[in-house]
This record gives sequence, structure tokens and C-alpha cells, in this order.
Amino acid sequence: MEWWTQIFDAFKQADIRQVVYVPDAGHASLIESCIKDKNMRAIALTTEEEGIAVLSGAWLGGERGVLLMQSSGVGNCINMLSLASTCRFPLAMFVTMRGQWHEFNPWQTAMGQTLDDHLKLAGAQTLTAQTPDDVGPMAAATLAQAFTGDGMSALLLHQRLMPVKTFE
Amino acid sequence: MPQSPRSDDYPLRRREVVKLLTGTRDDLLVIAGLGSTAWDITSAGDRDLNFPLWGAMGGAIAMGLGLALAQPDRRVLVITGDGETLMGMGSFATVALQAPQNLSICTFDNERYGETGMQSTHTAADTDLAGIARASGIQTVGLVQNQTDLDAALPDILDAPGPVYHVIKVRAEKLDFVLPPKDGVHLKNRFRHALLGDAGIS
Repeated sequence: MEWWTQIFDAFKQADIRQVVYVPDAGHASLIESCIKDKNMRAIALTTEEEGIAVLSGAWLGGERGVLLMQSSGVGNCINMLSLASTCRFPLAMFVTMRGQWHEFNPWQTAMGQTLDDHLKLAGAQTLTAQTPDDVGPMAAATLAQAFTGDGMSALLLHQRLMPVKTFE
Repeated sequence: MPQSPRSDDYPLRRREVVKLLTGTRDDLLVIAGLGSTAWDITSAGDRDLNFPLWGAMGGAIAMGLGLALAQPDRRVLVITGDGETLMGMGSFATVALQAPQNLSICTFDNERYGETGMQSTHTAADTDLAGIARASGIQTVGLVQNQTDLDAALPDILDAPGPVYHVIKVRAEKLDFVLPPKDGVHLKNRFRHALLGDAGIS
């Protein structure tokens, strides 16, 4: 079983209705499954910070959602995270990592090496899934921290989980 | 770029406009962008179903989108300023892609950053927010410059199938602050309680 299917199953279990995302290779299959699911609305964003505002609106309206993004996207979110922290909107983020493991593009390293600290400074809890076995339990825990703990939480999906990207 | 004086003389007054938008319909779900528009909606009556932002600049339209998708049977009205709109213009494309029928967005455009000293925004020059929204894929877009335009636009703002966007040119004026509660958790809980009942705050 592919690791991402465990995230999808956790979304179903948690009754996730809005899935906001910026397309990413590491999340591609998960996003495809969310697009096909009749009970989920997959919402493509132009920038990741939009997603935090969309999910806050969704929560005001009684729906649960999640934000899917790549590590570089976390950098686009910093001020908008204050919306979630100030109002204690539940916020569950699933971040595919770059700049961490056999990275060929040095421009990915800045966010890849610092986003865990950025998220913690912004008030989010983080977990890092290093292996496929970590993913299911950590996805469930990330959703629980957000929706039963009224908090901000992020699951960082280590670059070891992704196929190595090259330009070859 | 010298400061444009033209919005000093625009006929529409924002506090009168907001009364026409939010004063007629108790069932509207209202999001206001930070700054002047948050004070505006409060001046028309602080309602539990108002969510006035005090920060998160650039997020008002996107927040309205999430709310509109979660509550498809309720009319959602986003009222925000030109500076706030400029900071989140990608949201027009995101809204157009989802095309919620129940979402209406108004920018009160005084061509100034009101909270920081009335400096010109880009709309004081040639930037056309209505054109940007239209080109982003929003089908129903209007420019409101006077009372006649506003009277004609009100049915669309309040009831036309969305997404609907209007730029309402308003006078640049310094007005009294009419502040809503600023505790974000309180604003969230009162909104959810009014909309969802006790289940909303359990």
C-alpha cells in the first residue's frame, strides 16, 4: 500500500470536506483521490496562504478542511497563520518536503531546512514522517491535534518518502 | 506617483453604502477585510453573523470562499477594501474556479490605504480591480460610482447567482472608528453559535 493512501483514509475518517492545495508531485496521487471523492471539494489555490483563509471560512461554516503543500509553500503562509492562531481555527497541514534528502535544487534548501522552526514559531505543532509506517498514525494525530485540540498542526512528509527528482 | 485627489470628491459614502448592503438582510453571512471595512460593517450594527478581520490582510475573499462552499444555502457577502483586495488578487482566480453561486464580493475602493495615513493605492492610478476580477474568470462584475449605479447593482449584490464582484468607488474620508470585538476566538464562537447552534461551539 502506498503511504499516501493512509493520509486519504485519515481524511475520510475525520470527515474532511474541503481539501485546499497547491499542486505538488509528492501529493499528486492524494490530490487526485480527493478530487474524485464525492464528499470532498478539492480547491486549487494560487498561493498557499489563501488556503489558510479558505479553511478558516470553512470552519466558520461548519466544515473541516486540510491544506496540502510543498515545503516552499510554508514560507508563503507566515502572516496568514496568525488568522488561525489568533482565532484558534483548527488548521491541519500536510507538507511534502524538499531540500532535505538527495535534493538537486539548492533553491529548495532554504525553506526545507527551516520550515519546522518557522511553523513552531507561528504556533503550530509538527510531526515528521520518516518512513511509510509513520504516515498513517501521524496523519491521524495531526488531524486530531487540529480538530479536537483546536490547534495548528503540520505533518511533514520527509523527502525520503518521495521519488528522487532530477532533471536527467 | 503623486497622490490623486479624485476620490476626495466621490459621491458615495461608505457608511451609507454598508447600511444598504448589510442592513436589509438578517440572514447574510458577512466577512469584512481588516481596517475600514471592518469598522464599516460594525457601524451598520454589530451582528453575530459578521466576521470582521483585524489582520490576515489579503485573506478576506478566500475566507468568504471557504464559508460559501460550506454553507451553499446561505448568501455570503465579503466587504473589503482596495488595499486588502490588492494583496490577495489570486483569490479572484480561486473563486472563479470554484464558482460558488452564493458568494458576493464588494470592494469599497477609496483608492487609499486608510489605516496607514491615506496613502494612494494602485487603484488611484490605472489599476482596475473590476477588470482584474473579470479577467480572472468572475462572470458577474460591476463598477459602482454613484447612487444610481448602486441602486441598480443592489439586487445583483444581494441575490444574483454568484460569484458576483462589485467595485464600489467611495469617498476618501476619515471617519470615527466603530470597533467590533477584537478577540478572534470570541468572533469565531459567536459566528458559529449563531449559524450552527450549540453544536458550533461544543
